[in-house]
Amino acid sequence: MYVAVKGGETAIENAHAWLAEERRGATDIDELSIAQIREQLGLAVNRVMAEGSLYDPDLAALAIKQSRGDLIEAIFLIRAYRTTLPRFGYSKPVKTDEMACDRRISATFKDAPGGQVLGPTFDYTHRLLDFKLAAEGEVPAAPTAQPRTEATPHITEFLKGEDIIQDEPASDTTPGDLTREPMEFPSNRPLRLQSLTRGDEGFVLGMAYSTQRGYARNHAFVGELRIGKVAVEMDIPELGFAIDIGEIELTECETVNQFKGSKTEPPQFTRGYGLVFGQSERKSIAMALVDRALRWEELGEDNLGAPAQDEEFVLSHADNIQATGFLEHIKLPHYVDFQSELELVRKLRREAEERMQPKEAAE
Amino acid sequence: MNEYNFAYLDEQTKRMIRRAILKALAVPGYQVPFASREMPMPYGWGTGGVQVSAATLTPEDTFKVIDQGADDTTNAVSIRKFFENTAGVKTTEETEKATVIQTRHRTPEAKLRKDQIIVYQVPIPEPLRFLEPRETETRKMHSLEEYGLMHVKLYEDISQHGAISTAYAYPVKVSDRYVMDPSPIPKFDNPKLEMDAIQLFGAGREQRIYAVPPHTKVVSLDFEDYPFEATKADHPCDLCGAEDSYLDEVIMDDAGNRMFVCSDTDYCRSRREAGHVGRLAEENAA
Amino acid sequence: MTAQTQFSGGFQNAPVQAAHAFRAAMTVMAQPGEIRDLRGAQPPKPLSIAAGTLLLTLCDPETKVHLAGEFNTDGVREWLTFHTGAPISQAAVADFAVGSWAELSPLGSFRIGTAEYPDRSATLIVECDALQQAGAILSGPGIKDTARLSLPDAPALQANAALYPLGCDFFFTCGDRVAALPRSTQISVEA
Repeated sequence: MYVAVKGGETAIENAHAWLAEERRGATDIDELSIAQIREQLGLAVNRVMAEGSLYDPDLAALAIKQSRGDLIEAIFLIRAYRTTLPRFGYSKPVKTDEMACDRRISATFKDAPGGQVLGPTFDYTHRLLDFKLAAEGEVPAAPTAQPRTEATPHITEFLKGEDIIQDEPASDTTPGDLTREPMEFPSNRPLRLQSLTRGDEGFVLGMAYSTQRGYARNHAFVGELRIGKVAVEMDIPELGFAIDIGEIELTECETVNQFKGSKTEPPQFTRGYGLVFGQSERKSIAMALVDRALRWEELGEDNLGAPAQDEEFVLSHADNIQATGFLEHIKLPHYVDFQSELELVRKLRREAEERMQPKEAAE
Repeated sequence: MNEYNFAYLDEQTKRMIRRAILKALAVPGYQVPFASREMPMPYGWGTGGVQVSAATLTPEDTFKVIDQGADDTTNAVSIRKFFENTAGVKTTEETEKATVIQTRHRTPEAKLRKDQIIVYQVPIPEPLRFLEPRETETRKMHSLEEYGLMHVKLYEDISQHGAISTAYAYPVKVSDRYVMDPSPIPKFDNPKLEMDAIQLFGAGREQRIYAVPPHTKVVSLDFEDYPFEATKADHPCDLCGAEDSYLDEVIMDDAGNRMFVCSDTDYCRSRREAGHVGRLAEENAA
Repeated sequence: MTAQTQFSGGFQNAPVQAAHAFRAAMTVMAQPGEIRDLRGAQPPKPLSIAAGTLLLTLCDPETKVHLAGEFNTDGVREWLTFHTGAPISQAAVADFAVGSWAELSPLGSFRIGTAEYPDRSATLIVECDALQQAGAILSGPGIKDTARLSLPDAPALQANAALYPLGCDFFFTCGDRVAALPRSTQISVEA
């Protein structure tokens, strides 16, 4: 006869054991090391750092290993770890114009100080499966050149000189922190950029793509895309000055957008901005496009009702940890709610049938 | 998990949550924004409830966790284990012995006492959300006490179906001011929301905490000619014979035969221990 | 006992002492008229044990604290800064304020929240000479029928309640005892 489902605890333990076994895979195959993941799956590591909001390639690699390559799960592991870390202080803003660039391209000028540097890009690879890699991946050393030692000025600086691009005045106002304060709408640009840089790459990409297809098109050119390392500086109160505490790899994208002017602004170029941990090129370009779309109000543009212009919509749905948690929670038991609906539908049907019956009898 | 602080959260996070809880108690039914933290469990799985419990628990507490009324559902087991590990608190399945109860989707059948605290896990705290998806708009409606939209929705239900078609997460008005989502409890539980215990509601993903202090007026929205009804399956429990408890329906065989059992597993167990016998209990024992 | 310094008088075991203190604070805020023990801190004078414990439990660098009148001493400021990091502020922007009723009055200088965010209001910690379940009659959320509490100034608190859902919320402290009065409580005084 009826036995209530029991033993949730054992079931959970067994599920965890099985999961661990599946993660390891066949034991006659060598186990992946953290260093292998960090070095050979670098772009996955970068995505986990970017969306996990924690710059630590080894931890990101560990998370990828633990999550069996499920990057959203890995991002989740990093976020949950990050939130337990104490805050010792705040760095100074990084100086991306002093970036040691591995890659730096501009779509708006054929050449500019600092030059066009392709760097390690997939761009012009022919997407043909390289079966040689299936055997072994050893490669000859790439040619090298002397790196630039001087700073590489931003392309937009040259446009600023001509006063033909919207100025972005520097500000020392402390920006809000979306990990420490509840989101409130209307928001502001620093919070939007924080949300986008840790937002789901696929979501931000889709939003950006929608602007290109006409849902609040904003005529973006990649003014500049640069990838490289920047120093992180922090003021040490005990010392009374700032010191370098390390360097991080960043991808920065600044778009230059055509703008015909509005009631409040003269015709000029405007900007969108993307800045993402690691080499995360697709993400930073997408971020810049969405950033630009979200700036319609400050530029006096029309709200076209496009999804990418809708700050509350974009920011409320960009986070893949929130999204995946809520999406997946519907597989949890809901039988109490379902039961209440079941009762209700039965009752409504009963009442509907009762209403029908006398009518039929009369006919 | 000894490397983590008592009840997992760091002290600064707990202070932030505690301040939100106090304001929530001061303005019953109003959703206080709080900087929900990322927890080591997914959003939508009780992170709000877990954070509220973590900010509320003391080492002397006895903690009970239920999901769908049951202590042994997997997510309840998982959350209970989390607090056993991180807070070292005693846990129990007995409602009577618990000082703090975290719940998903049910209010226990037993009358809660003044010295007990119940923490509800909340997926969507905004009762107006499905009528108006924008936070900027719903916040305005609450500030103006403009709840016409909700009444229109309920009234449309009646004109279309002859009854209000909300069966769970049935909206209530708290202390004559704020319309509140009581979390997805069945509407059968709504009358219990006026109770002696402190009720705290935590929505992690949506970053909201709200509360109902003891003895606070909580009214389920309705109309004079269509009064609110706390409904349940029209059966007694097949195990303990209770006629006053909310029931789960269980499919027993390929022919689709059903049985009805208490959703509150502790209530059912204690009744059976006290000698109450349901329709199928004999067979069950045999 | 050794001399009080800014470094002494904090929680010995913050996670546990703060948890106990919060439960007392939550209980009284949820049940206006109830009085609970509230200990853990050994604050410098003139702060009471209960008020000092509340400050350690609820304040940190994210909360602005206003110290009214005789509570605004070097000793209190240094103690509070050392143990909580809370910035000391003017009444108009304070999240928390501590003082005697006379020093905190008039209430008009404190934040009462906004229509959209009524939670953004000040919580006042009122140091009292006595704290008893006697005097003004309280009713409303958290109270079964009615309760009584010795209030410093019923008319001013009635005026605060009339602002509902806006308004300040109050803790009343006396030695190591605490009670609370949220803005939701209706107050009447026997004629």
